[in-house]
Amino acid sequence: MSQKSLTPISPEFTLISDWITPNSRVLDLGCGDGKLLTHLMQSKQVSGYGMEIDAQKNIAAIQAGINVIHSNLDNHDLPHYFDADSFDFVIMTQALQVVKRPDELLDDMLAIGKQSIITFPNFGHWRMRAQLVLKGRMPETETLPYHWYDTPNIHLCTFNDFEDLCESKGIEVVERAVVNSEHRSTLGMRLLPNLLGEIALYKVQKKRA
Amino acid sequence: MIPTPTTPQILQVDKPLHMVSGATLPHYELIYETYGELNADASNAILICHALSGDHHVAGVDADGKPGWWDGYIGPGKPIDTDKFFVVCSNNLGGCRGSTGPTSINPETGRVYGPDFPIVTCRDWVNSQNELRQHLGIEQWAALVGGSMGGMQVLQWAIDYPEKVRHAVVIAAAPKLSAQNIAFNEVARRAIMSDPDFHDGRFIEAGTTPKQGLALARMLGHLTYLSDDMMGNKFGRELREGKLQYNYEVEFQVESYLRYQGEKFATKQNFDANTYLLMTKALDYFDPAAEYDHDLSAALAKATAKFLVVSFTSDWRFSPQRSHEIVKALLDNDADVSYAEVTSEHGHDAFLLPNAHYEGVFRAYMQRVADELSTGSPTTL
Repeated sequence: MSQKSLTPISPEFTLISDWITPNSRVLDLGCGDGKLLTHLMQSKQVSGYGMEIDAQKNIAAIQAGINVIHSNLDNHDLPHYFDADSFDFVIMTQALQVVKRPDELLDDMLAIGKQSIITFPNFGHWRMRAQLVLKGRMPETETLPYHWYDTPNIHLCTFNDFEDLCESKGIEVVERAVVNSEHRSTLGMRLLPNLLGEIALYKVQKKRA
Repeated sequence: MIPTPTTPQILQVDKPLHMVSGATLPHYELIYETYGELNADASNAILICHALSGDHHVAGVDADGKPGWWDGYIGPGKPIDTDKFFVVCSNNLGGCRGSTGPTSINPETGRVYGPDFPIVTCRDWVNSQNELRQHLGIEQWAALVGGSMGGMQVLQWAIDYPEKVRHAVVIAAAPKLSAQNIAFNEVARRAIMSDPDFHDGRFIEAGTTPKQGLALARMLGHLTYLSDDMMGNKFGRELREGKLQYNYEVEFQVESYLRYQGEKFATKQNFDANTYLLMTKALDYFDPAAEYDHDLSAALAKATAKFLVVSFTSDWRFSPQRSHEIVKALLDNDADVSYAEVTSEHGHDAFLLPNAHYEGVFRAYMQRVADELSTGSPTTL
């Protein structure tokens, strides 16, 4: 809402914001309390919608003043609600790993949006690998603080896995940023992203025929 | 603190109403109640549209101490906060609670209208309510709010008078009835019309009422307002007498409950059977997309209101799927819309009952409507 000053946001959201063209149409999947969309409306004058499954966050997003559609991403609702190329950007932060079929959702996102921005935790980070190799146990870290039995993250992947999926689907990686849990980027992460990066931000689009 | 009883007022409209059916009402009355204060620039007015058997007494208590049918959601500090908003609710034309309807005297014949009252449609209601808007000196409603049939009127308002509606709140509604919805209505009408006391609709003049038929119609309608789960939890197969009697008397509690609901509606509440027929017909005819080549998106293209759409998971009368149709049509138009699908076991009736998610969404949205007033954001579009 216009009367509110800019709210402070996470470095991850700042990075996403840098990738958004002003005045574009945006869909934010798993928009939570609407913080990112509110920020983009204020800083980039975007318009659009959020989608959220959680009832409390649904209420918070309405309080924040965004248009929010209460919806389960696993219900395959996107093609029902939106025509092809309805959005300049379809954003999904930290939700790829919780949906039933990330591959199908990726298709839907790129059907209704010209570009997609996706962020997710890297299961190939050295601390994950170390916990599995040295302790012989499923990793628990700051970015993935759950036990194996109660985690909502049912489809974890590494950056390499994600890029393989994109390649097989004819999806082009337009931009990639790799950060740690404090959302900082180091030289090491740039050289060995799949080993040293904790969170990845990808901007992808369909390859031109 | 004992609240002050609300007093209904009556608007006399002498401008003829040209109805969708082709009929004309030369003169009619609308009974309505208001709550809260209209602000200086008349920008804080909200019209509540009632459902099939509802009326103008939506909030507060009346002279008999009876609370309004949506009192849980309308009042000081409630989601529709009467400390901020001026709330208006009128009895629909064709109703039996004080607005001109089948129980009124037809000035042309000097007799009770009865079955001669013209068929009313959602559009006729909206046109008549627009007279009330003008009478109250309201240029634009801050919001139109309605559940079920009331939600359909909100849609009709947003389509027919886009510049008069700033926000539209459409709850547990549908863009048109399904064949099944119409079928239930038809059985209800047959129940009323085949009652020997119906007298071709002239039962008032015959000094009677088709109680049995009306009670049956209500029992059927009531069934469609409840969910299987809710009835299972509330009644299950519980017996009335503790053991089976093996006869045609009431065996199960659910039978007793339904009979009570029907009886109460037909006798204690004294609902007019012709009004029931009219309301069900108005529902059947509602289909704003029809005149746009059955394209709901095209029908809503002119609507400029911002929308909140709410549905309930166990509502099978107007299921969440029906609300998705409305949301989809609004998204097609890049309209401002928020949608909530509230988990509830209470079926269609859920829109009248307490629920944390529903109340949270409703309150948050109405707060947005109120915020626009206090910051002086555009009150005209």
